Amino acid sequence: MMARVLPVLAVVGVLVAIWYAAAVSMNAPWSRDQAQRAGTELSRAELVTDTLSQRRPRLPAPHQVAQELWNSTWVEEVHGRRGIVNTGTLSNRSLIYHGWITLSATLLGFAFGTGLGIVIAVAIVHSRAMDLSVMPWVIASQTIPILALAPMIIVVMAAVGLTGLVPKAIISTYLSFFPVTVGMVAGLRSPGAMQFDLLRTYSASGLQAFVMLRLPASMPYLFASLKVAIAAALIGAIVGELPTGAVAGLGARLLAGSYFGQTLQIWSALFAAAILAAAMIGLVGLVQRVVLARMGFGR
Amino acid sequence: MSAPVIEASGLSLSFQTGDGPVHALKDVNIAIARGDFVSFIGPSGCGKTTFLRCVAALETPGEGTLTVNGMSADEARQARAYGYVFQAAGLYPWRTIAGNVRLPLQIMGYSRAEQQERVARVLELVELTGFERKYPWQLSGGMQQRASIARALAFDADILLMDEPFGALDEIVRDRLNDELLALWARTGKTICFVTHSIPEAVYLSTRIVVMSPRPGRITDVIDSPLPRERPLDIRDSPEFIEIAQRVREGLRAGHGDAI
Repeated sequence: MMARVLPVLAVVGVLVAIWYAAAVSMNAPWSRDQAQRAGTELSRAELVTDTLSQRRPRLPAPHQVAQELWNSTWVEEVHGRRGIVNTGTLSNRSLIYHGWITLSATLLGFAFGTGLGIVIAVAIVHSRAMDLSVMPWVIASQTIPILALAPMIIVVMAAVGLTGLVPKAIISTYLSFFPVTVGMVAGLRSPGAMQFDLLRTYSASGLQAFVMLRLPASMPYLFASLKVAIAAALIGAIVGELPTGAVAGLGARLLAGSYFGQTLQIWSALFAAAILAAAMIGLVGLVQRVVLARMGFGR
Repeated sequence: MSAPVIEASGLSLSFQTGDGPVHALKDVNIAIARGDFVSFIGPSGCGKTTFLRCVAALETPGEGTLTVNGMSADEARQARAYGYVFQAAGLYPWRTIAGNVRLPLQIMGYSRAEQQERVARVLELVELTGFERKYPWQLSGGMQQRASIARALAFDADILLMDEPFGALDEIVRDRLNDELLALWARTGKTICFVTHSIPEAVYLSTRIVVMSPRPGRITDVIDSPLPRERPLDIRDSPEFIEIAQRVREGLRAGHGDAI
């Protein structure tokens, strides 16, 4: 146990150390400037302390980000005037509230994307015409920068009266169906010729071959793609929040933070997104382990 | 004598490849009687597997006629005339041993109770009772192949087509499975077509040995074995056994003649 944890901790330690060093050197000019204006001289220790505790640092230090994350989640909800403890609803200044807005769009888009991806994969595997005509478009769809496409989707959807959750979910769908399609096409095609010959000797129907052979054989592939897809769905939801001038969601927090130079807000929103992604991927991994173990895929 | 179970006359099949047509089978004539154990032996490319695949209606011959149980190969397959055992066991990793043996029964729509009963019976036949709930990766290669034989036996086809079923196994396991296969054949009275590379295996198992040669794939010799149906392993040291093996070897050499 220790032998596995130690290297991980060492790497994290090195990263944090680099981060602190970068924070000191990037924030030092501002500290020196302030000291000069005040006509004071900073000792080396004072300089370091000051660079790591600025209110709007160029690069916030790790402990500042951690503090901000704590303040904008637990402290805001439990002790805040607008927190859930006082009002019964989530505070619109907490990352829990914004994270939930983004998460709901992510999950909806992920569900759409998974469904769409599987349907396209099944069609591609069963029809040569679909394979030749749809697959190139599927690949082309992913070469368009989503940042360019997202505003158009939002605008078009708003024109037909759809705003809020659904347009963001559609952008998530757009990003997350792709890995599922590619993974499922590979998975549904993974059984060898011998396996199909065997089913032919039983005169099995196409549907039976699909349900009894192709589908179960594709499960390991599906889960591998779902991990990629859920991360892509989160990115889609965040990108979907940027062009709308959205008032809620992690994307909105990022945007607002950059308007007002609130680097702490940006970094805490970034970390909230990263934590969210890690948690979702971990959850998919857990489901994967349970399902594949129950299906009997040994190792 | 009753009508042959499998009868081929003038059977030919060629595949188109980049270098022109390859004659996998040319003018193959053979009649296989009920209860026979027929081995097909020959070097790679002699068409022995292709012939088996034609019988199973996995390939369609270009010329000639082929009947299985008096029907066309396609009809025979629909009528579940045969069980097919491939070189690899090809068990589904997501199904238990019992689940794998149950596969053809599910596809063919047997009732749940009958599935249960048949799975138990054929697993007993291949001596895998007690392994119902194991997954394929928990079994050795030999046991996996036994499970795949059980799968082929599950639905009572009276013909068993076996395409080098023990080719990937080591010799010790192979000897044992050969012995078990003979016992199984004696108990069930099935007609068995068995493709192999191994001369001792062919001689030990068969009532008839079909020697084939490549380019074009054709039959060069058919040997009716004088060995009794009851065969202990040490029959391999008897003069008759050695004599038949000798004849098979000569047949193979003659067929190869110009190629070597």
